[in-house]
Amino acid sequence: MQNRNQTKSLGLASALLGGGLVLAGLLITAPGAPTKAAMPPADSLQITGAGATFPYPMYSKWFNEYQKLHPNIEINYQSIGSGGGIKQVTEGTVDFGASDGPMTDDQLNAFQAKHGAPVLHFPTVLGADVPTYNIPGVKAELKFTPEALAGIFLGKITKWNDPAITGQNSGVELPGADIVVVHRSDGSGTTYIWTDYLSKVSEEWKNKVGKGTSVNWPVGLGGKGNEGVSGQVQQTANSIGYVELIYAIQNHMSYGMVKNAAGNFVKADLASVTEAASGASRDMPDDFRVSITNAQGKNAYPVSSFTWLQAITDFLHWMMTDGQNMTEALAYARLPRPVQQKELKSISKVQ
Amino acid sequence: MATTPTLDRHTLPSGGRVRSFIKRLRAGEEAAYLLTLAAAATILLITSLIFYELYVQSALSRHKFGFHFLFTQTWNPVTGDFGALPYVYGTVVTSVLALIIAIPQGLGSAIFLAELAPPKISDALAFLIELLAAVPSVIFGLLGMYVLVPILQSSVVPALRTVFGFLPVFQGAFYGVSYFAAGVVLSIMIVPFIVSISREVLLAVPQEQREASLAVGANRWQTTWHVVVPYALKGIMGSIFLALARALGETMAVTMVIGNVPQIKASLLAPGYSIAAVIANEFTEAVGDLYTSALIELGLVLFLVTFVINGLARLMIMTTTRQGAHS
Repeated sequence: MQNRNQTKSLGLASALLGGGLVLAGLLITAPGAPTKAAMPPADSLQITGAGATFPYPMYSKWFNEYQKLHPNIEINYQSIGSGGGIKQVTEGTVDFGASDGPMTDDQLNAFQAKHGAPVLHFPTVLGADVPTYNIPGVKAELKFTPEALAGIFLGKITKWNDPAITGQNSGVELPGADIVVVHRSDGSGTTYIWTDYLSKVSEEWKNKVGKGTSVNWPVGLGGKGNEGVSGQVQQTANSIGYVELIYAIQNHMSYGMVKNAAGNFVKADLASVTEAASGASRDMPDDFRVSITNAQGKNAYPVSSFTWLQAITDFLHWMMTDGQNMTEALAYARLPRPVQQKELKSISKVQ
Repeated sequence: MATTPTLDRHTLPSGGRVRSFIKRLRAGEEAAYLLTLAAAATILLITSLIFYELYVQSALSRHKFGFHFLFTQTWNPVTGDFGALPYVYGTVVTSVLALIIAIPQGLGSAIFLAELAPPKISDALAFLIELLAAVPSVIFGLLGMYVLVPILQSSVVPALRTVFGFLPVFQGAFYGVSYFAAGVVLSIMIVPFIVSISREVLLAVPQEQREASLAVGANRWQTTWHVVVPYALKGIMGSIFLALARALGETMAVTMVIGNVPQIKASLLAPGYSIAAVIANEFTEAVGDLYTSALIELGLVLFLVTFVINGLARLMIMTTTRQGAHS
């Protein structure tokens, strides 16, 4: 606690501990920003973070494992939501934040104004959204084109036997029933990924709805959380919704394939999500604020995204290297090598 | 507010005043007065603090939208365009529906338990009802979503439609989640408040009242309905206010069965949204000052809705009880 306060009093972020560990806010001082090193007694260090709920299972595993390696460091992460994470890190009440969507330019400026130093983003793991549906009598894995998904969620495609859907699913008997759309009612990174994807593939979606953790949905019912959406879909005949890939995998749900930018229908799995990030890594900006939906790559799953955290240092370094080996056990897709390398480079600059 | 229940201190000489104060303090009177006053003052303090915070924090949204906030239907976090009407509508409709179902049921069981049932059964049932009040709302929400909604879909609503299908409130597509489902779940949640408090109030009616009524030839039911219930009416109304407050502010159970669609539909079978539900759903991930501010203003609106509905209900009681024998 004491150390934490000290960190704050240094302005932005940096607590130094024995072995040269520097931890900073989710948002960390940029390379070159003055970093005063405080040398707290090397007994214990508490680091507090807050933010996104989506990566919480992974983070809590990582924090736990890291603590085993460094018993004097205690990392406390509160999964209060991306909005809360960004707010708290900007206000300086936590040491690092975490978010499913990158901070906007306005938010970056607000941080800069308050702390006199910029905040940095670091992708930690990858997530993806998958379409899940309940059509009585249909067991097959449906294939969705971007046009079909956008049309359904815009409320323009209203029947399951619309040619936009049946065209890609020959051999599947689709009923002429009305489609019931189910979306998330709570603000969430899952919705951010889904709407970010739809904004990229549909000009109309981009202009009419846009992207965000919550949007003004043209049609559909709202379910709270992944479990709310999947529960609503299971109970409503002829419905379609979207859930996080991890949730679908852990609950053994079936879900559809989506056509990617290369024109292939891809079923989301950890490999195809990692490939989406690989495809995007070539032109990744230095601040890592990049959307990887609809990424290039033959087998890239198009509705994928990073989740961001900015804790600098040793711990971040560890997450990027050893920590990545734990991702797949928890059904998170690991970062592709080029992204990992680029981040490590960025981390070393800060240090 | 309250007057000190002691001698008039201003008439005492100052030395005597102090001595008298110490004496009363020792007797516990003054201490009790101050302590209970402090306790009562915290209620006022907390309420005004909540109001103040909501008012201050919602400044951005209030200035931008003014009174239009209350009367517009758009809720678009992407473009930063916010209006509260669908949420206010959903909150009021579901709460009123819950009261319509819960008042007869709750009052009926309270009368039975207090007046008609054998004391052993009454006590046992009262215990069960208090247990019901302690069930977390997420449990009600889950039961609503996985048990009640399918029942509504498969039997209750089709049956209602065959009888009342001509009414606009029972028309339109029905997906299960709806104002109706939310109202029913809420009614189950608020019944314990009505039963438990009303039963206590009815039990507290002096025995002489009943005896007097029976003595002039009224039968048991007439005694209950014309003497006991009117005597306890204020307490019963109190229980209903508490139930209403709970219904207006309920979050988790409502959001799980209302469908979470910000729209205004005449049909009770349509999905809707409520103020408390949208705040709980969107606040954590709300990014940007205006968005957060609009959500806080919704909290302020909920505060005012509760205030207005409570005031109206009190007015109604005041006018109806004035017509009776005593005010």
